[in-house]
Amino acid sequence: MIALFLRDVRLSWRAGGGALTGVMFFLAVVMVVPFGVGPDLNLLARIGPAMLWLGALLASLLGLDRLFQADREDGSLDILLMNGTPMAAIVFIKCAAHWVTTGLPLVIAAPLFGLFMNMPPLAIAATMATLVAGTPAITFVGAVGAAVTVALPRGGLLLAILVLPWTIPVLIFGVSAAYGAVEDPAPFTEPFIVLVAISLFFAVIGSLGAGAVLRHSDH
Amino acid sequence: MHLVVTDLSAIRGGEVIFSGLSFRINEGEALIITGHNGSGKSTLLRVIAGLLTPATGEVCLNGKPEGASPDFDDRKFYEHCHYLGHENAMKPALSVEENLRFWRAMDDEPHLEIPEALEMVGLPALAHVPFGHLSTGQKRRISIARLLVSWRPVWLLDEPTAGLDTGSERQFAELMKIHLEDGGIILAATHIPLGLKNTQSLVMNTATMVDETQ
Repeated sequence: MIALFLRDVRLSWRAGGGALTGVMFFLAVVMVVPFGVGPDLNLLARIGPAMLWLGALLASLLGLDRLFQADREDGSLDILLMNGTPMAAIVFIKCAAHWVTTGLPLVIAAPLFGLFMNMPPLAIAATMATLVAGTPAITFVGAVGAAVTVALPRGGLLLAILVLPWTIPVLIFGVSAAYGAVEDPAPFTEPFIVLVAISLFFAVIGSLGAGAVLRHSDH
Repeated sequence: MHLVVTDLSAIRGGEVIFSGLSFRINEGEALIITGHNGSGKSTLLRVIAGLLTPATGEVCLNGKPEGASPDFDDRKFYEHCHYLGHENAMKPALSVEENLRFWRAMDDEPHLEIPEALEMVGLPALAHVPFGHLSTGQKRRISIARLLVSWRPVWLLDEPTAGLDTGSERQFAELMKIHLEDGGIILAATHIPLGLKNTQSLVMNTATMVDETQ
């Protein structure tokens, strides 16, 4: 299992892996916002957490279509299916590796992009914390979408459409927790705990669902 | 240990690919599957590998080989099989050694060491070359080496010699012979005479099925 995790991490850093594609897209989204909304620093600081979350959400969706497709194309998926390990565990490990190589860089880049949005340090810290807690949920929901679209040649767009509705709760609780940290009457802890719960919930449901879909996809 | 297939049928896209297929292969025997293109050789192997669900029938492995792990009987049939399909199941961006080390680590029963396996397929010097840089025949030989780095008694081979030159074909036939001598079972879809003893042959034909023992 560790071997699978290490292989996927290694692959994403090698040629054609696309570990940094998400971060570059994230940068592009955050960079154009100030041009769109104008140079009002207070406004930017206010919408900062939401913009970071939107950018991170869209960037997370980018590489998801290749999660199982690459393994299917080169025949590795067949061999993984014939392994004794339950498919759900294999999906879980692949998602973990995918998050470490695409989700974690977004979290690490968030403080820098927060500065672009004139966010105060507390808001940046809170947004980072919510991204750590929330982006795994996107990966695990995305895994189900990736499994469903694994056989489609241009499944990326369909995947985004399938997955996006499920990520809305993540976005709502992520942004409201980030706001809760800086705006006084709004709470931070409650939405943050719900966000963690969503991630844990999708980690189980997503792994089982995607595993079942992959096992039966050729039938 | 013997492999028993009873009344196996497969339907794909509403069309019957084959039906009522039964055979038995003993330890140390090979089944060579032949038939024209589209006769269902690959489908048969994928059904046996558990990658497709059969419409009827079942595949099972009876008995235990000597020195088998205690949980041998608890495993699903496909966990006893190595499947070599049309694709090589290797990552072009990783080196040959990294690819083989990964597949070796994924299986419970490691067999040959990686340098040994590379020696067996005649490519000992390529361990550190990225898989993507190899020629078609070399890639195939590396994916054959995958069968050697972990032990599974049943080999399911779909056109295993595609892209191999005659020398490598002979070498591969030799590896198959060794596997059979070790008490393995081989099912291979191929047109090339492999020169194996103890073989049965199965001629796949969409209309009729002929199963003859040599």
